[in-house]
Amino acid sequence: MTGSGYLGVDVGSVSTNVVLTDDSGALQEKIYLRTQGDPISAVKEGMRRLAPVAKDIEILGVGTSGSGRKLAGVVLGADCIKNEITAHAVAANYELPGVKTVIEIGGQDSKIIILRQGVVIDFAMNTVCAAGTGSFLEQQAARLGIAIDRFGELALGSRTPVRIAGRCAVFAESDMIHKQQMGHRIEDIIFGLCEALVRNYLNNVGKGKVIEPPVVFQGGVAANAGMKAAFEKELGTQVVVPEHYDMMGALGAALVAAEERSRKDRQSRFRGFHAFNRDYATKTFECKGCPNLCEVVNITMDNETIARWGSRCGKWDSLLKGGDSLDPR
Amino acid sequence: MKLTFARLGNLHIAGKAIFEALEVDVVLPPPPTKRTMSLGSLHSPEFACLPLKVNIGNYLEAMEKGANTIVMVGGIGPCRVGLYGEVQRQILEGLGHDIKMVVVEPPQGRLSGVLRQLRELTGAQTITQYIKAANIGWRKLTAIDALEKLALKVRPFEESRGDVSSALNTALMLLDDADNPKDVACALEKGKTIIEVCHKKDDSDRPQIGIVGEVFMVLEPFVNCEIEKCLGEMGVVVHRSIYLSDWIMEHVVKDAFRVLRKSKTPYELAKPYLCHFVGGHGVETIASTVDYARQGLDGVIQIAPFTCMPEIIAQDLLPTVSRDLGIPVMTLVLDEHSSGTGVLTRLEAFVDLVQMSRSSRR
Repeated sequence: MTGSGYLGVDVGSVSTNVVLTDDSGALQEKIYLRTQGDPISAVKEGMRRLAPVAKDIEILGVGTSGSGRKLAGVVLGADCIKNEITAHAVAANYELPGVKTVIEIGGQDSKIIILRQGVVIDFAMNTVCAAGTGSFLEQQAARLGIAIDRFGELALGSRTPVRIAGRCAVFAESDMIHKQQMGHRIEDIIFGLCEALVRNYLNNVGKGKVIEPPVVFQGGVAANAGMKAAFEKELGTQVVVPEHYDMMGALGAALVAAEERSRKDRQSRFRGFHAFNRDYATKTFECKGCPNLCEVVNITMDNETIARWGSRCGKWDSLLKGGDSLDPR
Repeated sequence: MKLTFARLGNLHIAGKAIFEALEVDVVLPPPPTKRTMSLGSLHSPEFACLPLKVNIGNYLEAMEKGANTIVMVGGIGPCRVGLYGEVQRQILEGLGHDIKMVVVEPPQGRLSGVLRQLRELTGAQTITQYIKAANIGWRKLTAIDALEKLALKVRPFEESRGDVSSALNTALMLLDDADNPKDVACALEKGKTIIEVCHKKDDSDRPQIGIVGEVFMVLEPFVNCEIEKCLGEMGVVVHRSIYLSDWIMEHVVKDAFRVLRKSKTPYELAKPYLCHFVGGHGVETIASTVDYARQGLDGVIQIAPFTCMPEIIAQDLLPTVSRDLGIPVMTLVLDEHSSGTGVLTRLEAFVDLVQMSRSSRR
């Protein structure tokens, strides 16, 4: 591949996704990695894998998103650091222009985004409960001895789904065990679980929102055909799973970077694919300046401090010159 | 006697001035920190609201500094603050503290009760001394509000991040040091100048967001993840629906002198959605949202402590208000488990939303 393009990186709780788009925003390459609690290594690994295909491409802009967006932004030299809600909305509207509802379920969080004429008018994220997110489904699949990628297919084989209590992950689990002991078919239990999780999502995350079609379902859990079917059944409308459903955060970040570039024409801050050769390290210390005991994080690249954050008062952050390059504005 | 009271934003500056004018020894709780929150949560019922937990933390830390008497404002249901005087007394006594608790109940037309409770704290004082104390307290209170209001206006235009916040701190310190009405006026003028100079030459149009919700959560930056500062530094002009002086005017002064009558405005504004007193700031939350929508603000954020009944009622009504009046509304429900990161993600997304709808309207 040659020419120019944009890089989008979404560092989530469970996975780290990297996409490379061409200069119009169309996805060219995608890489899925497990974050495994080490976002820096995941980002470096992403660059290492992308380097051979992308070495002749001029990177016009880099966007990061997800819960690790700030850290990834520093490591890569991002041009914009975007929250995952906006990133997902931008990507959904790019894939399906005119989308009105975005259902996104990831590793540990789930969100709903309502758009009208391509503009986000409302959104919500799960606050108190993670039932129904990817981690929970994975855990249940493991408990039932089923590979996670067969979960959806099995659910579709259900003839009479059983009703599972879906208000809480712990209760859902004990209810499932109970239904197993009663002799229900595994397919019916799995689809029952999907239905319970969809109800939970609509009652918690989707509470008070007007869900209108077109509806897009994205995030890692959208791979689960059972969840898609359960959403369609409950909403009474078709639900679209976009081609790159699992890369939407990263794609959105790349698209935001492209938009930023078109607004202010400036050189990208990208440190280059060779970032994986650099030695990044984080060090945490507890500031004893006041009883807040803030945990300050210090990030170094080849032993040079490149970012620092975590203090409530901003005392440590301001010691760093040029810290405003991380400004989300 | 060493008197203390819970923190609420910058109220302590005025509170201290009042009691010191009445020759009462005041011990302020230190500014709330994670320790305050942990202490408070440890000794409070799990499902009590965050204000109680932080207040308990305040009292325990003030007692470490020698406080032995607590004064607090009571309430008349359905909000639980009316119960908290007794709850707090039992918690602190249960921990083995010998503490005197004075709960000043809303006057409801009779000032004599309030005066009797105050006399318990101050001993015999002449009426002139009370007037003097009320005078300096009121002047400081209105000055705090004026400075905070100005900071909200200037912060989105500050030269470099944090300028306005440190200017506001300096201004408040000057105000705290002033001990007569003349000095208070001086400190206020000086403070305003210190904040105003942070304004860079830029009068571009900025998004306007209103903050509504429960009084403690709105006024105490420590518990609301410094929402005003966060939004201001993202370039947003913040409008706050609750100021201490307005609150005291409405709930204490007008409540004491019934001739002044409480203002009917919140009820009139909230009427199509909520026409009942539901306790706390439930009605005001709806009313301010309606008001902000009519003023043409770009969005409203409601802040509520987890399990707060009046705000839960308002929260369920806000989507309808939002749809009817076409103003985006986001609710943040916070407690001691809330993470600053989660709040920041939502704030960033909400500001994006507001920006996008502004540019699509043009």
